[in-house]
Amino acid sequence: MSLAVTDLSYAFGRRKALDHVSFAVEPGRFCALLGPNGAGKSTLYNLLTRLYVPDAGSIRVAGQDLARHPRRALARMGVVFQGQTLDLDLTVMQNLRYFAALQGIAGREATRRAEVAMDRLGIADRRRDRARDLNGGHRRRLELARALLHDPAVLLMDEPTVGLDAAARAALVAHVHDLAATGGLTVLWATHLTDEIAPGDDLVILHRGRVLRRGKAGEIAGTRPLEQTFLDLTAAESAP
Amino acid sequence: MRPGIWMTALGAVLAREMLRFWQQRARLFSALVRPLVWFLVFAAGFRAALGLSIIPPYQTYITYQTYIVPGLCGMILLFNGMQSSLSLVHDRETGSMRLLLTAPLPRWWLLFAKLAAGTGVSVIQVYAFLAIAACFGVAMPWQGYLMVLPALMLAGLMLGALGLALSATVTQLENFAGVMNFVIFPCFFLSSALYPLWRMAESSDLLRDICAANPFTHAVEMIRFALYGQVNGTAAGWVCLAFAVFSAAALRGYDPARGMIRRRG
Repeated sequence: MSLAVTDLSYAFGRRKALDHVSFAVEPGRFCALLGPNGAGKSTLYNLLTRLYVPDAGSIRVAGQDLARHPRRALARMGVVFQGQTLDLDLTVMQNLRYFAALQGIAGREATRRAEVAMDRLGIADRRRDRARDLNGGHRRRLELARALLHDPAVLLMDEPTVGLDAAARAALVAHVHDLAATGGLTVLWATHLTDEIAPGDDLVILHRGRVLRRGKAGEIAGTRPLEQTFLDLTAAESAP
Repeated sequence: MRPGIWMTALGAVLAREMLRFWQQRARLFSALVRPLVWFLVFAAGFRAALGLSIIPPYQTYITYQTYIVPGLCGMILLFNGMQSSLSLVHDRETGSMRLLLTAPLPRWWLLFAKLAAGTGVSVIQVYAFLAIAACFGVAMPWQGYLMVLPALMLAGLMLGALGLALSATVTQLENFAGVMNFVIFPCFFLSSALYPLWRMAESSDLLRDICAANPFTHAVEMIRFALYGQVNGTAAGWVCLAFAVFSAAALRGYDPARGMIRRRG
C-alpha cells in the first residue's frame, strides 16, 4: 500500500474530530476523500502531514511509519494545502527553488526539476512572474508543480479546487487523474464536490469524523448519481 | 538522510528572508526610524538632564547619546524578534509555515533556520544604525564593530526565540499592540538600555533587581561591552541561558503532540 491509515483517532479536547478512521490506497490510485464541511478532512490532512500527532492509530506512507520515521515518510509525500502556501513576493522559479532546497535539492538539479515541473503544468512562460501576479488557477498549478518537484510517491491534495473557476477546476481534476493513471502516483484528494470524482476512483466518505463508506466510487453510487447517494448517507447519519 | 540537506534548507530559509528584505527595502528605513528618533531626539533632550559617571566599559565620561547606542541596537533586535514572531503566526495562517514544517528535517532545525534568518536581517539593520550613529559622532573602536557581530547574533537569536516561544504559546499576543504593551515596553524600559542600573537603584532597589533579572539587560550589556572590544562573560552566559530556555519553550510550543498548534485545531 502507498498510503495506509489505520484506526486513526484525534480529538480537540472532548470533541472527537476523527474516530477510528481506517482506509488504504494502492500505488497509482486516485482516492477521493469525500465529506461535507466539518467532516474531519482537514484534521486528517494535518495528521498526514504531521502538523498534528494522532491520539491513536497509525499512518504509513510508502511503507514508512509516520510516527517512527517522520522524515522518511514526509520525504515521500507531496502536499497541496487547502489554503495557499506560496510566497507571493517571490517569483514562480524562486518559489520552486525554495521548496526544492527544503527537500535538500539545490543547484542545477533544483533548476532542472523546476523546469520539468513548470513544463508539466504549463507555467514555464511565467517563471519570472511573482506568485502575486498569477491568477487563482495558475497559483494552484504552481502549488501542484511544487508538490511534484521531489518525485513523491503520494500526493495529498486538500480541497485544491476551492476558489477556482469551472475551467481551471476541470483542468486540475483531469491533470491529477492523469498523474495517477499514467505516472503511478498515489493521490488522496479531499473534496466535498462529487463531480470531481470518476466512477473508477477509490472513494472514502467521511462524516463527523467517521468513515461511512469506502470502495470504488461507481459501486458506492450504484445506479444513482454519486451526489444523491452522498447526500442520503450524510443526511441519514445527521438525523437525530 | 544526507547531512547536506540540513545546510541546503538553512541556506534556502536565509536566502528567502534576505530576498524578502531586499524586495521590501522600505522595511529597513522604517526599522531605523524608531532608534534614530530615540538617538537624535530623545537622547539629545536628555543629554543635559542625565549625568553619567564612569562605568565599565567606558573609560571616560560619556554623553547620554553614547550611552544609549547599545540599548538602541538591542531595541532593533527586540522589535524585529517580536515582529518576526508575529509573522510566524501570520505565516502559519497563510501556510508558508506549514510548508516549512512539513519539510523532511527535524523541526528544531527548521525553527532554528527561521530564527537565524530573522536574526540575519536584524543584524544588517543594527549595522546600518551604527553607521548612522557614527556619522553623528558616536563611533566605536574599529574592533568593536567586529566583536559586536557575535554578540548581536546571540542576542538576536535569544530575542527571536522569545518571540517564537510567545507565538507558539500565548494566543493573546497576536496583534502588535499587545506585544508592545506586554513584552517590548517592559523588556525595554526595565533594562539598562536607557539608564544604568545604579541610576535605577537610586529610585528603587526593587526596580533595579527586576532590571538585573531581565534577559534584555544582559543582551544590552553584552552588546555594550562588545562594541568597546570587550567580552562581558556574565552577560553572555545569561543570554545563552535565556536562549536555551526560550528555545525549549518554542520547541514545546511547536511540538505537534503539544503546544498551541494542537490547542487551536
